[in-house]
Amino acid sequence: MAVKKSTGAEVLVDILIEEGVEFIFGLPGGSTIPVFDALVDKRIRLILTRHEQGAVHMADGYARATGKTAVVLVTSGPGATNTVTGLLTALMDSVPMVVICGQTPSSSLGLDAFQEADTSGITYPVVKHSYLLKDPADLPRVVKEAFYLAGTGRPGPVLIDLPKDISAALLEYGGKEDGRDFHLPGYVVPTRGDEEAIGRAARLLGEAKRPLVLVGHGAVISNASPELKALIETMQIPVVNTLLGKGAFPETHPLNLGMLGMHGTAYANKAVIECDLIMSVGSRWDDRIVGRYDEFCPAAMKIHIDIDPAEIDKVVKVDVGIIGDAKTVLAQMLPLLEPGDTADWVKRVGRFRREYPLKYKKEGKLRAQHVMEELYRLCDGKAVVVTDVGQHQMWAAQYMLADSGNNWISSGGAGTMGFGLPAAIGAQLGRPGEPVVAIVGDGGFQMTLAELATAGIAKLPIKIVVINNHYLGMVRQWQNLFYDERYSGVDLEGNPDFVKLAQSYGLKGFRITRPADIRRVLKAAMDYNEGPCLIDAEVEKHDNVFPIVPAGAALRNMILEPPKRKLEKPTGGT
Amino acid sequence: MDERRILSVLVKNRAGVLTRVAGLFARRGYNIESLSVGETEEREYSRITIVVSGDEYILEQIKKQLAKLIDVVRVMYLPSDGTVCRELVLVKVSASPEVRWQIVETATIFRAKIVDVSALTLTIELTGDQGKTNAFLNLLAPYGVREVTRTGLTAVVRGDREIRDFEDEE
Repeated sequence: MAVKKSTGAEVLVDILIEEGVEFIFGLPGGSTIPVFDALVDKRIRLILTRHEQGAVHMADGYARATGKTAVVLVTSGPGATNTVTGLLTALMDSVPMVVICGQTPSSSLGLDAFQEADTSGITYPVVKHSYLLKDPADLPRVVKEAFYLAGTGRPGPVLIDLPKDISAALLEYGGKEDGRDFHLPGYVVPTRGDEEAIGRAARLLGEAKRPLVLVGHGAVISNASPELKALIETMQIPVVNTLLGKGAFPETHPLNLGMLGMHGTAYANKAVIECDLIMSVGSRWDDRIVGRYDEFCPAAMKIHIDIDPAEIDKVVKVDVGIIGDAKTVLAQMLPLLEPGDTADWVKRVGRFRREYPLKYKKEGKLRAQHVMEELYRLCDGKAVVVTDVGQHQMWAAQYMLADSGNNWISSGGAGTMGFGLPAAIGAQLGRPGEPVVAIVGDGGFQMTLAELATAGIAKLPIKIVVINNHYLGMVRQWQNLFYDERYSGVDLEGNPDFVKLAQSYGLKGFRITRPADIRRVLKAAMDYNEGPCLIDAEVEKHDNVFPIVPAGAALRNMILEPPKRKLEKPTGGT
Repeated sequence: MDERRILSVLVKNRAGVLTRVAGLFARRGYNIESLSVGETEEREYSRITIVVSGDEYILEQIKKQLAKLIDVVRVMYLPSDGTVCRELVLVKVSASPEVRWQIVETATIFRAKIVDVSALTLTIELTGDQGKTNAFLNLLAPYGVREVTRTGLTAVVRGDREIRDFEDEE
């Protein structure tokens, strides 16, 4: 029987359905019209965004909230270049995503045709891999390979540059097995770790007097929570986590000291300074957590579990490097463990926690931290919390504890302002029926706020909490602390009235201006579920995030509260 | 301390692979002294030979970051002994009738080939390792070297082993 011929676009959509894709986030244009045409009456729901950056961040939020590979569909030229920030965000944070960009027809490639961009060339540094399709016969294999690469090993964004003549061409598609003959001899997916190295790590863990486990995003991605919990509880080892590792080991657990690093808790950082062994599970020793590389726990034994061989010894030279999937490696390690005596150490870090708690003043003006504490309480720790980037993000990390890895979504590596709202939309689409809270600053929110329309149309009951201090607060904080209060480019005068703005999109708006109103307003917002609502929290304008480790400084130089004297400009880092 | 090493990279013969490799060096600030590339015994693969320099940490990073590229099949540093290294040099040198025969004699000693002759110049082709090619160019310098073009080093391990046989050694 002859195989029926379909257009490249139809085959593409068929494969997306086979891959279990529920949503496509995107915006059409000339070169993608055939693909949008093929989506009509198909089982995939198209989420039309107002800007391509919004589409990529939505896909990102969806992928992080569900663990599934998300799909973006944009047009050529500016459509494609508008995804670059989102690609960087996804690459830095290892988020599985397939981004399909339309392209000018093959015959016009290189002729500076209308809306032509060298999308492959522009995006090489921000993708895990990419394809420029030149032969329709390659389409099934390329699309399936893209999903395979995006979702396996260390996940990441994969881009397909799809010329219009390829999506319009007729080809024979042989179904599920067609195109499954991947030939990727250079691609290895590590799973099991080296037995000998794991044995050594287990022995060192048992011998250590002051061991510490550092939990990173890799632990979340590999669903290593049960194994991690078993290891921690068996061995009685205190835990610190990175910004993206939040929740892989419950932050409410008595052995969890919370986030370490630049704005980590003082007790987490003190534990890092004093430990005699630190084992990283899927963290890449980012400069935001390590501070000065050469002064990062110099006396401690270091063990590093990572699925990416290039991360071992990249930033911190380790004593034992284990390449493998975090969940598998921990499962291999569990039977080898013999608990040591950590009782004194656990007691000592417990004292750090009591002596150096997170603190702020609740009286007087409205404080962002206070809003977060109340929000956390109202959500009972169960909400999916999505943040933007800046001061509010750090306060959220400090006060919104996460007990599950997929309940905390934030742009870590790239630090992308504008991420929060679209990512929350993606998260809510992926997790309908669960409470989703977007905590954003007035600065980042305005970079992608056009997606309020997207949230409104889909009637997503997201709570958008704008921590509004009328400043680019994190930069202001540095200028305040380290640059002699010479404020430059941080005053956001001209902000709109966010409540009216929400209303103009047909959304519900709330406002909090006094501490006494926090609970009542948040409660009303949490009870409003007919669509998105925005809560404008007019917070104290001059607050800084503490603790802070100045960029490029060692963790022991942590500053716990507003200093009385002038500080030096940070010497390194950003 | 900086070390100079020859890196052999087996890649899938696909559009953009050289850009990915070169881009990685540019972005991470690694030095390329020379780079040569061509198809291998199988058309599906190309081999890139890169001469790099850096300290132990940089050399290790270069290898790991290259290995991360999906189109890179195999990366290895060729052993400094036990490797055949060659580059091809074309040199156009001023050759007035008075000195012409001296230059031809030098070329003969180096087993170089005269590939073009004009009234005032000779163009010579020489193949060898870089010690040899550099020595030859130094000897020609006094005559007036007008143009030099070199392919960069290409290299292969001696004996019956192939790049694929070196899995995770070194």
